[in-house]
Amino acid sequence: MSRSSTTTRPINPHDYLEIDTLLDDEERLVRDTVRQWVRDRVLPEIGHWFEEGYLPMELAPELGKLGLLGMHLEGYGCPGASAVAYGLTCLELEAGDSGLRSLVSVQGSLAMFAIHNWGSEEQRQRWLPRMAAGEALGCFGLTEPDAGSDPGAMRTRARRDGDDWVINGTKMWITNGSVADVAVVWAQTDDGIRGFLVEKGAKGFTTPDIKHKISLRASITSELVLEDVRVPADAMFPDVRGLRGPLSCLNEARYGIVWGAVGAGRACYESALEYAKTRIAFGKPIGGTQIQQQKLAEMALEVNRGMLVALQIGRLKDAGTVRPEHVSMGKFGNVRGALEIARSARTVLGGNGITLEYPVIRHMNNLESVYTYEGTHDVHALVIGGAVTGIQAFR
Amino acid sequence: MKIAVCVKEVPDPTAEKRIDPDTKRLVRSGENTLNRYDRHAIEEAVRLREGAAPGAEIAVVLVAPASASRTVDKALAQGGDRSVHLADDGLSGSDIVATSRALAAVLARDSYDLIVFGQQGSDAECYVMASAVAERLARPCVTQVAALALDGSSLKVKRQVETGYETLEVSLPAVISVSDAINEPRYPSLPAIMGAKRKPHEVLSLADVGLAAGDVGVDGSRTHVSALSKPPTRGDSVKLEDDGTAAEKILAFLVERKVVA
Repeated sequence: MSRSSTTTRPINPHDYLEIDTLLDDEERLVRDTVRQWVRDRVLPEIGHWFEEGYLPMELAPELGKLGLLGMHLEGYGCPGASAVAYGLTCLELEAGDSGLRSLVSVQGSLAMFAIHNWGSEEQRQRWLPRMAAGEALGCFGLTEPDAGSDPGAMRTRARRDGDDWVINGTKMWITNGSVADVAVVWAQTDDGIRGFLVEKGAKGFTTPDIKHKISLRASITSELVLEDVRVPADAMFPDVRGLRGPLSCLNEARYGIVWGAVGAGRACYESALEYAKTRIAFGKPIGGTQIQQQKLAEMALEVNRGMLVALQIGRLKDAGTVRPEHVSMGKFGNVRGALEIARSARTVLGGNGITLEYPVIRHMNNLESVYTYEGTHDVHALVIGGAVTGIQAFR
Repeated sequence: MKIAVCVKEVPDPTAEKRIDPDTKRLVRSGENTLNRYDRHAIEEAVRLREGAAPGAEIAVVLVAPASASRTVDKALAQGGDRSVHLADDGLSGSDIVATSRALAAVLARDSYDLIVFGQQGSDAECYVMASAVAERLARPCVTQVAALALDGSSLKVKRQVETGYETLEVSLPAVISVSDAINEPRYPSLPAIMGAKRKPHEVLSLADVGLAAGDVGVDGSRTHVSALSKPPTRGDSVKLEDDGTAAEKILAFLVERKVVA
């Protein structure tokens, strides 16, 4: 046995740069547990759910039992995990499906984070423990049909009427909208943009689902239609005004995407790798041809690079020094990288690449949404561009 | 009620097993993890604790290198209350005789009502550690337990055997090994994972448990691997190319061996 074999390990195609060595025991155990749960509970069914356009809501209490809903928040039944542990969780969930990760992101980073950060003590007590357990679901209403990247242009309006508020408007592309027990709704008021908690079943509040999606099919996407919805004064977040409120939440959610995209990319790479090693053409595995090896090398690079970017942003977040511009770079690079992996993996799988028997085209279609939601790819480019030049292209 | 669950650290079962030709031992320098069969033992202990009077506790007991902390954490996240870890370089190369001696010495330091093992280790696929430890501790032992219920100071168990099940009663203190059909282990929750490092960890040396270097390791072992070889290739297989008569040939083959009449 050569001397070098005792000091270096053989290349592990599933962790090429040995990034595992940068994780501590707890982070690895969280990762392993979520990976196993996804393997057991999600992967056997996800192709079917995607085809049917459905995600079973029984998963929510299971995720709650695992402690993954609002996992990076403290108190109110939330475990207070590190940003890196939360990121690894998003990665493993999205290696299952972006729709599953979206469910957890929206619940924890948008709805629960908003209530945790901006809610009154009563609002936190009322919602967070049940939401952490997966017994109550939340959604987050910011985007509108005519206000996406420019949320300040929102038309939804809340006016004071005695002690109550009356809200009118429409929110669009709302994950978990029709299954949510509580919606965080942002609206213009005479006092600037304010946040409100609107409960399921409120008079004048309807949540029609958006049909005919061919992306994020294993995820519920709805409109929130508010027609003279009357809420009491204590339904409003007490202190936060302006876009600071919703944007702080979005920054949390897109942090999860920085990691999640790596999971989707990894799943496509692993599927392509396995296929290339076992698919025989012209008497040998196609993985033995230069053209497929080139693709696999690019994919492996992108997975490892994305992982390192995510981990560094996670470490900055745990140190309390992360900036939104860091997260923008992570989302910008990692989602694009994942999409490139997915498209390339699709070609490795040939005709099989278009079926739901393999995860690739499902991830590829999902990633088209991920590319656009939580800050479009273009807007994140402008954020990075603004940061490096000091000249803002918008605002 | 005091329960000990004996767990083992094994090479990651998803990686290929390799044997070092020089030492003739399984290479354990790669990723290691908690033996999957032991998860059933921990789960069963957790269920017993849930049904027991307050104060019941589960100690996770293992003989493993000092580097096995992740395996310990995993076992504690799964439901153990504390760990007792015998870690000593002198243990390297221990066979069943030596390892059971070490485990028994650790277990004898406390008065456990029940000692639970998984049915086998996924590395050496050996099923006998529970019996060996029970023998050393002079305790009754039931292996391959597929169901159990606590009944006062005894345990009613269903034991899986080739022809069906045996129903047995065993008085405590006792040693059992549970089959992997006994339960579906729960996933450790995030708070349990985060709490694992804060649970009491006791790390012991051979001297702490009253053993000398010669009692364990290669010197304390009674088996010695003199040579290893691959199993012989099977020479009795027949390969048929289908020229239209394959079905007939297969049928004739099965009739000849009286598999079908």
